[in-house]
Amino acid sequence: MKRYSVFAIAREAMNHHQGWERAWKSPVPKASYDAVIIGAGGHGLATAYYLGKNHGIRNVAIIEKGWLGGGNTGRNTTIIRSNYLQDPSAAIYEKARSLYETLSQELNYNIMFSPRGLLMLAQTHHEVRGYLRTVHANNLQGVVTEWITPERVKDLVPIINIDGPRYPILGALYQARGGTARHDAVAWGYARACSDMGMDIIQQCEVTGVRTENGQVTGVETTKGYIGTRKLGIVVAGHSGQVAEMAGFRLPVESLALQALVSEPIKPCMDVVVMANTVHGYMSQSDKGEMVIGGGTDGFNNYTQRGSFHHIEETLRALVETFPMISRLKMLRQWGGIVDMTGDRSPIISKTPLGNCFINCGWGTGGFKAIPGSGWAMADLMARGEPGPLAAEFDMWRFREGRFIDESVAAGVAH
Amino acid sequence: MLILDCPYCGVRAEETELTPGGEAHLKRFGPGSDDDDFEAYMFARKNPKGVHFERWRHAYGCGKWFLAARCTATLEVFGTYPAQTAEPPADIVDKIRARRPDWTLT
Ligand SMILES: Cc1cc2nc3c(=O)[nH]c(=O)nc-3n(C[C@H](O)[C@H](O)[C@H](O)COP(=O)(O)OP(=O)(O)OC[C@H]3O[C@@H](n4cnc5c(N)ncnc54)[C@H](O)[C@@H]3O)c2cc1C
Ligand SMILES: [Zn+2]
Repeated sequence: MKRYSVFAIAREAMNHHQGWERAWKSPVPKASYDAVIIGAGGHGLATAYYLGKNHGIRNVAIIEKGWLGGGNTGRNTTIIRSNYLQDPSAAIYEKARSLYETLSQELNYNIMFSPRGLLMLAQTHHEVRGYLRTVHANNLQGVVTEWITPERVKDLVPIINIDGPRYPILGALYQARGGTARHDAVAWGYARACSDMGMDIIQQCEVTGVRTENGQVTGVETTKGYIGTRKLGIVVAGHSGQVAEMAGFRLPVESLALQALVSEPIKPCMDVVVMANTVHGYMSQSDKGEMVIGGGTDGFNNYTQRGSFHHIEETLRALVETFPMISRLKMLRQWGGIVDMTGDRSPIISKTPLGNCFINCGWGTGGFKAIPGSGWAMADLMARGEPGPLAAEFDMWRFREGRFIDESVAAGVAH
Repeated sequence: MLILDCPYCGVRAEETELTPGGEAHLKRFGPGSDDDDFEAYMFARKNPKGVHFERWRHAYGCGKWFLAARCTATLEVFGTYPAQTAEPPADIVDKIRARRPDWTLT
């Protein structure tokens, strides 16, 4: 693989840009692999990357029914933070956030990580108490967050209205090293590195069945034929229920549509990410100048990647109240993704009832921020067959045993 | 936009008038049941990509709970029926079969 650098740009500028290589290969599938991963979203690709990098397992295929990064990884609003309440969550999200800090250098691919700071507004007294608790928890967990006053919020976000009539701003939970990254680039960067390690990324290939023998996985049926494998990782987000059904088990997961939208591009006006959980909306500004906006999930099971209009209306109503200057902005694009929601709003990184079959799902509305940490933990689980410290609490049997990792109160909106 | 006919008051309700209530026809397992049944009742969901039976409430109308048969992959609605039914009624099943010949009731 030729490295990207300023020298490469200069060289190619002289050379009519003839020398750029394809970022990844499009191979024909082999008959079998040491490990097969279903789903080339961020989590699947990161799993493959750390299988190769941390565990030396490189005879790996990543099978994708559409195009890589075309699922939720390419549809999210790219918020990265690790200010969760429960210890297992803080551990994995902070691992991910810290890996993001140097991921561009590591992958030699600019993922545009921008730790611009992130605010979660408190607009009710209940929220004030909740966030103060989170700040204390974060301090104990080694996650740097602080509680800030409304005046400081106004300093950081001049376009905000802190004394609105309904929900004045009472303060905020502030994570200075939270922020955003370029979502596609995260998928592309990992894909390029995986391909460079000799892994096969097989796009336009849908897994349609899972073959087993004596309770162990032996391979997968796909639209490009049968592919054998010694280990299987299911990393398909919204389609987890469907693929788990093929593997013979059921999950505590439901698939819902989550929408986002962007405005026309405007001059820079807000250089932090702001989340307003009480009124249900959040916003940041992309490098292109678009205001990137999201809200809550739709309420019913849905696989169509489009959502209901009234949710958009509710989100915008909330944000206009918080940021009056956006009331005249035109919205340019709106889309949906299918998110996999668990009962405690925490992910599943787990062994399954099927031998040598592992699952990573349930990231729901907030898994972009977790991609590097999740891939790290899932690779560890797949390589050793047992979860390491990051994944240990996220097994699928925690529901049965009542060991919830309850983040449902901590995350009022979907991000 | 999702539109469902309320089987009680007959109103053609648009989704802002309705509240979704999750998977229908769950069989309740309580104290004394075994762990597998209890776990499945509490947490495991069919979450199908295709035909799905759901609970809905006509929240901003007559207030009643009812059930709906819907396709989660296309948003097609096959019909609605009263909540006091333990399984999908025959006419709804026939309507689904007419539209989805490969489908089986599980
Ligand atoms: C609108 C929206 C906003 C969001 N905002 C944020 C945010 O601000 N911050 C944040 O942290 N998270 C956010 N999220 C959540 C985040 O996008 C997801 O948690 C994350 O991208 C999941 O990544 P993944 O790799 O698990 O899934 P995906 O990227 O969806 O990848 C799964 C892949 O599996 C493939 N697949 C499925 N079935 C099969 C099959 N049978 N055979 C082969 N391939 C298959 C799919 O085609 C897909 O490409 C948001 C999500 C949405 C929809
Ligand atoms: Zn009614």
